Amino acid sequence: MNAPATPQVRKKTPLNSVHRRLGAKMVEFAGWDMPVQYRGVIEEHLAVRGRAGLFDVSHMGEVEVRGAGAVDFCQTLTPNDLSRLKPGQAQYNLLLNDNGGTVDDIVIYPLKADHVFICVNASNTDKDFDWIEKHGAGKVKVEDTSARYVQLALQGPLAENILQRLTSPRLAELKTFYFFFAAVGGIESLVARTGYTGEDGFEIFCEAPDGEKLWDVLMQAGSEDGLQPAGLGARDTLRLERALPLYGHELDDSTTPLEAGLDWVVKFSKGSFLGRDPLLKQKEEGVRRKLVGLEMTDPGIARSHYPVFKGSARSGEVTSGTKSPTLGKAIAMAYVRAEDAAAGDSVEVEIRERRAAARIVPLPFYRRQVK
Amino acid sequence: MEFPEGLKYSKEHEWVLVEDKIAIIGITEFAQHELGDVVYVELPEIGEKVVKDDPFGAVESVKAVSDVFAPVGGTVVEVNDTLPESPETINDDPYGDGWMIKVEMTDKDDLKDLMSAEEYAEYIEQQKEGDEEEEDDDEDNGEDEDEDEDK
Repeated sequence: MNAPATPQVRKKTPLNSVHRRLGAKMVEFAGWDMPVQYRGVIEEHLAVRGRAGLFDVSHMGEVEVRGAGAVDFCQTLTPNDLSRLKPGQAQYNLLLNDNGGTVDDIVIYPLKADHVFICVNASNTDKDFDWIEKHGAGKVKVEDTSARYVQLALQGPLAENILQRLTSPRLAELKTFYFFFAAVGGIESLVARTGYTGEDGFEIFCEAPDGEKLWDVLMQAGSEDGLQPAGLGARDTLRLERALPLYGHELDDSTTPLEAGLDWVVKFSKGSFLGRDPLLKQKEEGVRRKLVGLEMTDPGIARSHYPVFKGSARSGEVTSGTKSPTLGKAIAMAYVRAEDAAAGDSVEVEIRERRAAARIVPLPFYRRQVK
Repeated sequence: MEFPEGLKYSKEHEWVLVEDKIAIIGITEFAQHELGDVVYVELPEIGEKVVKDDPFGAVESVKAVSDVFAPVGGTVVEVNDTLPESPETINDDPYGDGWMIKVEMTDKDDLKDLMSAEEYAEYIEQQKEGDEEEEDDDEDNGEDEDEDEDK
């Protein structure tokens, strides 16, 4: 087996000692010292699908935009349409560069007309902050407030039961992608019905010094429902089954949302936004590559960067792959030439100098049954 | 952590049990622990030659793939063909039912480079700082969801 890599200095979330106390296996991730698993990726994955799991996702960044016209500024900076949002509604959105490539995928919370809270990827926090600040110069005040917050993700079919024990607003009335401010176990929090697992669930932000207490009250409230701590390993397999993109894999600066199947995020009708023209051109001309789902029909697991072939021609490359704990099959996402992207078609993945057959399947691989 | 006496150990965390000219090879408890849940195993065919220190197969967890290196050179005379069906055996019983291949050694001197149980235990101790590291290639991030509206 390959020898472990050398340790390096890493950033720590305020819950670092909690993870160590729980015996988590810690790994470097985007410069952070993060739990990859506590008792096992598959066990944690199945806990989230069947009951509930709690993730520390405080490594994710927060950028706040303030000032008159903060929402209007974000409307010109992003392709999704913020004017459609009702009060208390958040939105999946993107930051695009001048070529229509993806700077990051984000969740945007318009708190007030003059205050927007943006949750960004850990690996992109600095880049996003610079990007937003550069475009907002002279118009709005932009602040990287990542260090101020702990963010926990409570995910799974029992998440609502568990959280309701700790907070008074009626969670049954909180729709997906809506949020509110309330006390959770006495801790002032922003509670959003969002997540990255394909399950129902909540993402909860609180002030960093309260983070450990928030973790503890949630774990305690969830003990009778079998709530388990879950690490980045399960987070990755869960999001992959639900075909949620991971920055650096399905998305990067050279990838457009139209290639990534995120057409629904791009609202050309809303008028001008950064990156609109190249995207419109791409929409008119048609994309040359597309993100597809693969199910392996030969033995083997397709991993990130493995080449994909259609006949003798190289068609593209795998972006993420694993053995799906829920489905029991090897699944992957891959970019392939647009002409090779039809569901049902056969392709081959080169796995360690051997070609293994795969079938293109519709995404997502897994979709939860809505109650 | 268990390091049975009577086995030989490589720096890449493979173990060898020698029975006359035959070397039975697997990965150690430390190795399976580092990998986490094993979900796929790739093994050579009977009759294939393996070269000392070269990869002869691979073990995959949900997160990562790791080559398995041949601690000795020779010809594969038997493979554990239950592993493709139940790769988790490597987690459950790395020194027993989780064995991977049997090799007829070409040169028994290959064994001289391997460690005893005691030496290997010491080697693991030295590695402990790196213990929590894993070949975790993934840039992650994570957040979001699409769901409802517009989809």
